[in-house]
Amino acid sequence: MKLLRDTSLIFNRQMQLLLRNPIWIFVGVFQPVMYLLLFAPLLKPALQVRTNAEAYEIFVPGLLVLLAIFGGLFQGFGLIAELRAGVIERSRVTPVSRVALLLGRSLRDVVSLIAQAIIITLLALVFDLRVFVPNLLLAYLMLALISLMTSAVSYGVALVVKSEDALAPLMNTVAQPVLLLSGILLPLTYAPGWLQGIADWNPFSWAVNGTRALFRGDLGAPDVWQGLLIMAVLAVVAVAWAAREFARSVR
Amino acid sequence: MIETRGLRKSFASRQGREKKKVEAVRGVDLDVAEGEIFGFLGPNGAGKTTTLRMLATLIEPDDGTATIAGADLRSDPGEVRRRIGYVAQGGSTWDDSTAREELVLQARLYGASKSDALARAARVLEGFQLSEYADRKCKTYSGGQRRRVDIALGIIHEPKVVFLDEPTTGLDPQSRAHMWDEIRRLRAEGMTVFITTHYLDEADALCDRISIMDNGEIVASGTPAGLKREISGDVVRVGLPVDAIPAAVQALSSYKIETYDDHVRLNVEDGAVAIPQILRALDAAGVPLGTVELHRPSLDDVFLTKTGRSLRES
Ligand SMILES: Nc1ncnc2c1ncn2[C@@H]1O[C@H](COP(=O)(O)OP(=O)(O)OP(=O)(O)O)[C@@H](O)[C@H]1O
Ligand SMILES: [Mg+2]
Repeated sequence: MKLLRDTSLIFNRQMQLLLRNPIWIFVGVFQPVMYLLLFAPLLKPALQVRTNAEAYEIFVPGLLVLLAIFGGLFQGFGLIAELRAGVIERSRVTPVSRVALLLGRSLRDVVSLIAQAIIITLLALVFDLRVFVPNLLLAYLMLALISLMTSAVSYGVALVVKSEDALAPLMNTVAQPVLLLSGILLPLTYAPGWLQGIADWNPFSWAVNGTRALFRGDLGAPDVWQGLLIMAVLAVVAVAWAAREFARSVR
Repeated sequence: MIETRGLRKSFASRQGREKKKVEAVRGVDLDVAEGEIFGFLGPNGAGKTTTLRMLATLIEPDDGTATIAGADLRSDPGEVRRRIGYVAQGGSTWDDSTAREELVLQARLYGASKSDALARAARVLEGFQLSEYADRKCKTYSGGQRRRVDIALGIIHEPKVVFLDEPTTGLDPQSRAHMWDEIRRLRAEGMTVFITTHYLDEADALCDRISIMDNGEIVASGTPAGLKREISGDVVRVGLPVDAIPAAVQALSSYKIETYDDHVRLNVEDGAVAIPQILRALDAAGVPLGTVELHRPSLDDVFLTKTGRSLRES
């Protein structure tokens, strides 16, 4: 009960501050739209599919997962600014739940990611993408879990390293192989066996496969529940760890 | 209201390859009474902030015990948090929020309902003369206004004890005087106020009792007046013609006296009482008078006696 109340307090404040600066919507949508317009047309021949719709079915879920991962991983920068301003310390001397300090922020990130995803999905409809609403909702759940996890990780790391200079290279180093090995931009169907073998160890690769299955309309594919389960477990672990960092009594 | 015994904290700090241990606080005992303004006076790096952060539950002591407003720091930090307010040295407001938003959120984090939080915010904004700017973003405030918001945030839940880490550093003399009034008002409302400062005059004028801290240790504690009295009484300096000095020494033989080329110095209990007596004795002996100066010891003299350094230099 207290957790819910505290989380909504933190969440509301963070949303309020976010909406005060609507520039992020523009920035957050501009780049993906560029991908949709300029990158996707190359895909039809590359993926050897017949229609644009098929190409988007493969590309859009990958793009959304990519946004969820990167959007989350870079949230830590905002937290470092808050640390520097003393806002975090001020919260930590109050009896507020430490889990709420994390969840309130991460949920804001989830909401802004989903808003971004909806805009991109709507745009993709213009390009003949078709997807069932229930499947789409499940895909959004996947995205929400991914961004919950990555933003929690980013906050936890930010609390440990406490400086942008350390956070930026760290996040880039993590994100790059994760990106390359997940088949996010191009499916790994045509990848050599060893590459696929490595990708199987990449949880995001499961998330992408699940999301693609949903966009394909293949709700029954094992990829779907496996992806959701893996992301849910990782999200819980990440949230628990990051909340502990909020609670830890260090400078 | 606050009682600590043997509080300790050291930090591991890295200098290049070498790991060094910084003993920031080395065994601090404090007794702060209810309803007083207690001051922590010390130079940069003395360990004031570290002590405060321990008492505010932000860092865990390596050793020692503390009870704050009846709650045990070690076994019940949650209860300590409910009973105290803490205002950090570096401030705690967010550029893009307004003072009112910050205050309402802070009150709600302490459990107030929405309407109660709004009422409290309005009340402290009024009290700290911030109503006029309440709905402007914090980044537009002057240093003094922003500091007042910090303090308002620290007391919005009416804590029994409030810790203010250097509340007046960086303020101009007028804002400082205002801030002192605010702090006295908190005491009048029944709060126990624990401030840190490296200003001698602030410790002297504002605090009921102080502890002087240096290098992680408390070197002296007491009322400002008592501490000054302890190290030496007042000094009266009487300027005289050279040939009048022997006569003066004779006339003032009942005092502790030191002679110099053109003056004598007398150590007295209370200069204001002694000066007329000295003048009368000299007059009676027919000694021609030059100048008379009274030197009262400052807290800096106390610091100098206890540490061998001047607080002004360090
Ligand atoms: N997190 C930390 N890691 C390493 N050393 C620290 C840390 N925090 C404080 N110190 C060291 O502990 C000592 C005491 O610092 P503290 O901030 O308590 O001093 P202070 O009395 O508040 O000084 P000031 O008047 O400058 O605010 C300093 O030598 C400081 O460098
Ligand atoms: Mg300090």
